[in-house]
Amino acid sequence: MTSEPQSSRLGAGPGGFPFAPPLPLFLLNPILKRIVHRIAVQNPDMFDRLGPHRHAYFLIDPVDIPFMLYLRPDPEALDFRAVGRRNPPPHAARISGKFLDLLTLMDTEQDGDALFFSRDLIVTGDTEAVVCLRNALDDVDDPIAESVADMFGPPGRAALNALRRAAENAQKRKGAK
Amino acid sequence: MNAMVKPELICPAGTPAALRSAVDAGADAVYCGYQNATNARNFVGLNFTPEEMEKSIRYAHDGGTKVLITLNTFPPAGKVELWKEMVDLSARLGADACIVADIAVAAYIRDTYPDLRIHLSVQAAASSPEAIEYYVREFGVKRVVLPRIMTVSEIRGLLKEIPCEVETFIFGNHGLMVEGRCSLTNYVTGQSTNMDGACSPAACVKYERADDGSMSTILGDYMIDRFGPEETAGYPTICKGRYKCDARDGGYYAFEEPISLNASTMLPDLINAGVHAFKIEGRQRSRAYVKKVVAAFREAVDSIMAGQEPKLADLVALTEGQKQTEGALKTKKWR
Repeated sequence: MTSEPQSSRLGAGPGGFPFAPPLPLFLLNPILKRIVHRIAVQNPDMFDRLGPHRHAYFLIDPVDIPFMLYLRPDPEALDFRAVGRRNPPPHAARISGKFLDLLTLMDTEQDGDALFFSRDLIVTGDTEAVVCLRNALDDVDDPIAESVADMFGPPGRAALNALRRAAENAQKRKGAK
Repeated sequence: MNAMVKPELICPAGTPAALRSAVDAGADAVYCGYQNATNARNFVGLNFTPEEMEKSIRYAHDGGTKVLITLNTFPPAGKVELWKEMVDLSARLGADACIVADIAVAAYIRDTYPDLRIHLSVQAAASSPEAIEYYVREFGVKRVVLPRIMTVSEIRGLLKEIPCEVETFIFGNHGLMVEGRCSLTNYVTGQSTNMDGACSPAACVKYERADDGSMSTILGDYMIDRFGPEETAGYPTICKGRYKCDARDGGYYAFEEPISLNASTMLPDLINAGVHAFKIEGRQRSRAYVKKVVAAFREAVDSIMAGQEPKLADLVALTEGQKQTEGALKTKKWR
């Protein structure tokens, strides 16, 4: 188990959660399940890069939204769901960062090491498991973010483009500081 | 004045997707390795299976890009078979060269595959004319990858004295790989950079966060650095660790600071010196890194060769600790 990461750089801030979705988690979870199964079917080879860590549970913590994501990337027992912040379930590793940074990682537009160096990405727990997950996700043919957007047709792609623009603007603001 | 020779851009790939990104971004050659101890980036979840290597070589060659295979570790005494198998495999798959550090591996290639190019790895740390001439004479080495300890002026002088090509690092981790530094990890993790191919294996690395937002890097049983809440971080390697010592107040980077090499401003000098190939470090990095760095240096080299002012993209966001240096290329006093 890992301790709760806290960072002066990564807090949700006084504005709360700018990407707060209106959906209750029980409505979100069937969508997440569909997403992870689709990604698994499209990229069966990615699990080879996870080795024994395919059985591990990862807590993915977008610090500026009100819930976290719980992932077990095991093709035999896939699990991907949203969980509340109050009582995080047991996990081998936790990956924390701003939602847009995590999104751009999934979009293969950001380098994970660079985010780590700038302290915009926090990793706790089993470092090897995280590195394997990173390498597995980085080696898929089409970026995960794009595949997810495609599942929802034109509205999905429009949403991804809007988020990409937001991420680009956030990057520019960071670079200007 | 002699016409400038256009240096090859040698780019890293830790996965097939990264290799394709490098090829598409304009790499002249990609270097990559297998998932075993023959490879000095033998990290879990990284590198190529034989099947992936075969497909990747085909993709690279279709795009006019060479593939250089890294067999750049040292076999333990009497255990050279794995290295020989990987040489056989590389030759069969049509690799354009093997990058080797060990003389037994070099001798096997010389005797078995005389047409397969041998590039001498930076791990061999050959930087004097005498050392390089030995490797050329005895093993037919075609290119030497220089350790990051030489100035441009020294490289220019060296090139006049040696009968082979020279490759220099131009971007990425500023790890000097000399003076036995790569052996330091053995003491802490029990695994060898030079023989197992794993410097600071991730299984031995832990990051611990304190309530004030500071972060400690633990390697094995030892804390090797502690970053303040607003301080940028570096790789979890001993040679980039910060230590307490009597001669200094506070923590001291006894070997190197967390900083990346960026020789973009030195490219015209290196080209004028006659360097044959520019190497970008970073097989452990993502394909986003590969795409951005390769594209930036492709544009810069092409601009220089066209007689234009080089266009130098800002790559500081991708550097270790978000700091960069021209290293020894500019001055021996880089720290």
